[in-house]
Amino acid sequence: MLTISGLSKVYPTGTAALKNVSFTVDEPKVVTIIGPSGAGKSTLIRCINRLVEPTSGRIVLDGVDILALNRRDLRKARRRMGMIFQEYNLVERLTVMENLLSGRLGYVGFWRTYRRKFPPEDLAAAFALLKRVGLSGYQSTRADALSGGERQRVGISRALMQQPDLLLVDEPTASLDPKTSRQIMRILVELAHERGTPALVNIHDVGLAQSFADRIIGLRGGEIVFDGPPERVTADVLTAIYGEEDWSTTIRRSDDETEKPDHRRSEGEDSLVRESLA
Amino acid sequence: MAASSSAQAGDALRWQRIRTIENPWVRQGLAALAVVYLAWSLTTLEINWTRVADGLPRAVNLVLRMFPPDFSRGSLLFRGTLESVQMALAASFFGMILAVPIGICGASNLVPKPVYLAARAFIILSRTFHEIIVAIFFVKIFGFGPLAGVLTLLVASTSFISKMLAEDIENMPPGQLEAIRATGASFPQLLVYCISPQALPRYLGVSIYRLDANIRHSTVVGIVGAGGIGQVLAASFSRYDYDFSLAILLTIISLVFLGEFFSNWVRNQLR
Amino acid sequence: MTASQHAAKHPEVWRRFSPRQTLLRYTWYLGVVAVAVWSISALDVAWFFFLDAHVQALDMATRMWPPELGYFRKVVGPLIETIHIATLGTVATVLVAFPVAFLASRNTTFNAVTWFIGRFILVASRSVNTVVWGLLFVAIFGPGPMAGIWAITFRSIGFLGKLVAEAIEEIDTGVVEAIEATGASRLQVLWIGVLPQVLPVIYGTTVYRWDINIRESSVLGFVGAGGIGIVLYAAINQFLWQEVTVILIAVFGVVILSEFVSAAVRRRIT
Repeated sequence: MLTISGLSKVYPTGTAALKNVSFTVDEPKVVTIIGPSGAGKSTLIRCINRLVEPTSGRIVLDGVDILALNRRDLRKARRRMGMIFQEYNLVERLTVMENLLSGRLGYVGFWRTYRRKFPPEDLAAAFALLKRVGLSGYQSTRADALSGGERQRVGISRALMQQPDLLLVDEPTASLDPKTSRQIMRILVELAHERGTPALVNIHDVGLAQSFADRIIGLRGGEIVFDGPPERVTADVLTAIYGEEDWSTTIRRSDDETEKPDHRRSEGEDSLVRESLA
Repeated sequence: MAASSSAQAGDALRWQRIRTIENPWVRQGLAALAVVYLAWSLTTLEINWTRVADGLPRAVNLVLRMFPPDFSRGSLLFRGTLESVQMALAASFFGMILAVPIGICGASNLVPKPVYLAARAFIILSRTFHEIIVAIFFVKIFGFGPLAGVLTLLVASTSFISKMLAEDIENMPPGQLEAIRATGASFPQLLVYCISPQALPRYLGVSIYRLDANIRHSTVVGIVGAGGIGQVLAASFSRYDYDFSLAILLTIISLVFLGEFFSNWVRNQLR
Repeated sequence: MTASQHAAKHPEVWRRFSPRQTLLRYTWYLGVVAVAVWSISALDVAWFFFLDAHVQALDMATRMWPPELGYFRKVVGPLIETIHIATLGTVATVLVAFPVAFLASRNTTFNAVTWFIGRFILVASRSVNTVVWGLLFVAIFGPGPMAGIWAITFRSIGFLGKLVAEAIEEIDTGVVEAIEATGASRLQVLWIGVLPQVLPVIYGTTVYRWDINIRESSVLGFVGAGGIGIVLYAAINQFLWQEVTVILIAVFGVVILSEFVSAAVRRRIT
């Protein structure tokens, strides 16, 4: 599915943000990327859809060499990658529905965009997603009237509206309180598993990463220092990534299954609504 | 020990005002410079001081001749005012439209550098010269009458609105642009779906403000023959019809006042 | 009904605006276009002038080039006079605009009448263009820079006064209260409580207006109020286009310079 080989990025100031990064994602799993600030997590994510242009390397998504694409083909490629941002990045003055539909911009022409006349299948999908993330009835609310958690749910839905082959998630919970953070991660991981979409998720909270990830990649100084399942993240691993620290409280015991999302949950059920009613 | 503590005690009793310009040399130097400048300018200016001394009684005389304001030539006054308003409206409308492409090209976060520089150069150039100068040129090319006036105001409106628009776009939070680009949207889609909703309120507000400013400026372009009530005013002055002049001035003041009222109301509605 | 209510009634359909809102929007659009069309058509525009306009413009451009460099010497004196007019006019403005601004602010004025007078002075000053004031003062003082200085002053009072009045209305009233509580006189309250808070605005706005006044002063000569406008007007009327170019370049240079100075000073102040 996604193959990255020898990816490097050196900024004009001389800082080397990524050094020869290589890994492959060939299963529909949730891969979290952890590492200290400045380790290159954000740069890595943004190189994949070329919001940042890498200096060298190869990125191949489903057989397409991303770095060799011209502008028009890059746009087509971007449609297949859904991105979720730390600051939500919704268009503030537009309604929730319009923000959701902006996920389809790569698939509709200009005039439909201007007149906001999207195909009925897109509308149906939007309404279904709204229900799934627990925002039914919010379709005509302006985006800047929502709370942080609500905005991120819209952001997740927007990315999913693209029906992407890959989810790129940049610190989705950094601006949210701990409870909302867990809700968001849960929804993200459930939806990714339901649709069989692999996801690359930057996270700085190691606990969250371990609770929700199927695979963890540790980045430090632009290089990969760990790549494996969450159970293998020990105190030594964390020291290698972040440095010396008392890691005993951060590591989750591998038999603590209470927070793992329920893959068998049926579609259409609103996990968030159930949780808030509990 | 004793020496330093007494020095500190001495410092503790002194107090200094905080001035805008800290350095006393700079401050006093500037003050001296100001005095010198005043002396120099007043003496080198070719001011006929006797005439100026005459000026005050002349002013009183003039003001007396202005009262009461003469509204009798109502139709002329009305036609001139109407022409001014029409000029202002036309210039604002087309200025709004033209300002969109120029404003977009003037935003460094949207377009490549050469396009950006070209748009900015146009904006700076059109704002340098006073509208009277621009009006004279348009009169030379298009002849006397309101056409020259509309074009002059059009240039002024376009450059003003596009400058505001360009700055507004450049100040937009970059995250929103990034997100829409990441979905694979094209440039026109980006404009219509992200730039337009965010920039629209301020764009409309600035345009309405410009309408009001155009009414004020339309009075001036008339002095060089570019139509509007300014032409009527200049004529009245040259014919020493000062009571009519006052009537015209009062009309202009009320027009601008109403215009401001209207523009403030609309801008409040847009919030 | 609002868009949300419409959505609640028709959940399978989504519209950005309810039908009534859509109707309202289109009515506005139509209205604006109608007004624009009316304003263009009602103007007595000789449309055939557009046909040979490009020929005329090209003709004028060729006549204006190259600039006659010898004229630069002629231009220096009037340029300096222009700067004097702008500077002295701005200085005089500060002295007058300040008290007027106090009258025009709700929180420092004496009563409703003085507030209205203050506001009226500011509106009248702003409504009448600098050049029109120039016309008036040429009639009073005769042609020459004196008329120009008064014209600049009378126009700038409105500009400066309005911005300072807005600043005064936004000051921290707690500071004023505290000083009043000490038993200070009204003048002392203004001087210590209000003035320091609005001083940065006064400096900044004054420099900004000085910059604008340079532009305005350059054309005051058209009505005889001194400065380089006189030379420019004469050159245009005598069809000395190359001299015109020289004058325009000189004006351009001075305006750019004053913009630099004003931007630098304002950056240092705020």
